[in-house]
Amino acid sequence: MNIALLEVRRISKAFRGLRAVDAVSFDVAEGAIVAMIGPNGAGKTTCFNLIAGVFAPDAGTVRLAGRDITGLRPDQVCHAGIGRTFQVVKPFPQMTVLDNVVVGALNATQKVATARRDAERVLTLLHMDAKARELAASLTLPERKRLEVARAMATRPRLLLLDEVMAGLRPTEIDEMVAVFQRLNRETGLTILLIEHVMRAVMALAGEVVVLHHGEKIAAGTPSEVVRDPAVLECYLGEEAV
Amino acid sequence: MSGLFALLLALPYVANSYVLSVATLILYFALTGQAWNVMMGFAGQLSLGHSLYVGVGAYTAAALFFHFGIGPWVGLWLAILLCVALGATIGLLAFRVGISGVYFALLTIAFAEFTRIGFDHFNWVGASGGLFIKVAQREHVDLLNLRGTPVMFYYVMLCLAAGAFGVCSWLFRSRAGYYWQAIRENEEAAQALGINTFRWKMLAVVISAAMTAVAGVFFAFYYNSLFPEQIFHISRSIEIILGPIIGGLGTLFGPILGAALLAVLADAITEGLTLLRLEIPGVKQVFYGLCLLVVVIFLPHGIWPTIARKLRL
Repeated sequence: MNIALLEVRRISKAFRGLRAVDAVSFDVAEGAIVAMIGPNGAGKTTCFNLIAGVFAPDAGTVRLAGRDITGLRPDQVCHAGIGRTFQVVKPFPQMTVLDNVVVGALNATQKVATARRDAERVLTLLHMDAKARELAASLTLPERKRLEVARAMATRPRLLLLDEVMAGLRPTEIDEMVAVFQRLNRETGLTILLIEHVMRAVMALAGEVVVLHHGEKIAAGTPSEVVRDPAVLECYLGEEAV
Repeated sequence: MSGLFALLLALPYVANSYVLSVATLILYFALTGQAWNVMMGFAGQLSLGHSLYVGVGAYTAAALFFHFGIGPWVGLWLAILLCVALGATIGLLAFRVGISGVYFALLTIAFAEFTRIGFDHFNWVGASGGLFIKVAQREHVDLLNLRGTPVMFYYVMLCLAAGAFGVCSWLFRSRAGYYWQAIRENEEAAQALGINTFRWKMLAVVISAAMTAVAGVFFAFYYNSLFPEQIFHISRSIEIILGPIIGGLGTLFGPILGAALLAVLADAITEGLTLLRLEIPGVKQVFYGLCLLVVVIFLPHGIWPTIARKLRL
């Protein structure tokens, strides 16, 4: 039986009375890949921000490997073992691609030399080593998305939160990215929770899917179960997905 | 690099007293510019009140010397301590409540301004009438009390500026350098990567304040007279930041290059006008303004990055 690495219990967050996330609960088992889907404005990114410490939830708890991390600051959440990417990419534009990743790698080691080696390894893994010396400002959007992943991975997280990293990628690039995550998951046991609209990636990666709508969890299950769920079809996937 | 340093070491043997005084001034601005660059260039925290640290550093060492005969190398430590405390107070006020950008800059101005007004009424250090250190015989070199010849002051300033360069190079390449740049570039992303942004911003402010305090102590013993109206004035803060901006924000050589360019060009203009028997008040300030304008428009990253790219450094 898998132990839950991440336990989210009835977390809620309201912005000026609007309930962005409403008593959402779910688990992410150690070593699992879980996808979170739902229409725009469903509260997915807010959910991520509550887990990553950007906002403290109004109610509910978040636990990582049994430890209560509710209300910790983002840097403390990162230290606790959660790496995240941003949907709206936030590179360090005037630093090189390598230095961007070194910043992440310094979360796991104090030594700059070690961090540089770790960062180089992560870049190779994501096929970005050719761009290592270029300024992050010069990257294309898909490359910036990959840089987000590289930085987050360099922090050596136990749980990786990916916020729409496939958006804007070509189908072949999506398959490539999917392969990278599958390999990481298989070889290092990295647990992944991802927000994704690209169903091709969701179906290929996720063992479990959580569906949000209007801030509430409306369905959960395996990908094949979820895509047949009438409630999900109505609010998100549309009839043609059947 | 080492060639430049050798040249600077040999300068007093080849230069006249005028050139030496300009060189000393350049090194002084290289020091304050590097100090300010740690905060703004590295960590992205804009201070428009660095005259605060120059002034407090200068007054602390000068007052200790004036009242108790305590030498500058001892006074230096108290000067640093006070400036660190002041910097930490500003940082604490600002970063704890999330004041940033322009509002942070305003806070630094406010601190410098009310300290200036406070010193205007601070009788123990002469209030607005100024504080004067006895000018010792210029031929006799007394390094312990920083009394001596222009050559001695030049070498002291050279050591301080070179020391600052060493500290900055080390910081820039260390974990702190990476973290500061990350905070400068995108604070939210920096935090998500495990950086306690509050702590590292505080460190930048405190180090910058300490380095500027050192410059202040030198200032006091070099000029021998201190007036609150002058030393704490906002134009002093602006003077400090021009070099790094023109030379190249966030670079190691930028503040040094900027200090040298500004001093040499400003003096050339003054000299040229004197030759033409023209006297235009405020021409230096206009010139500084023009320099800033040209750099901001044509070289937004400053002069050094452009040179570095050309030399493929």
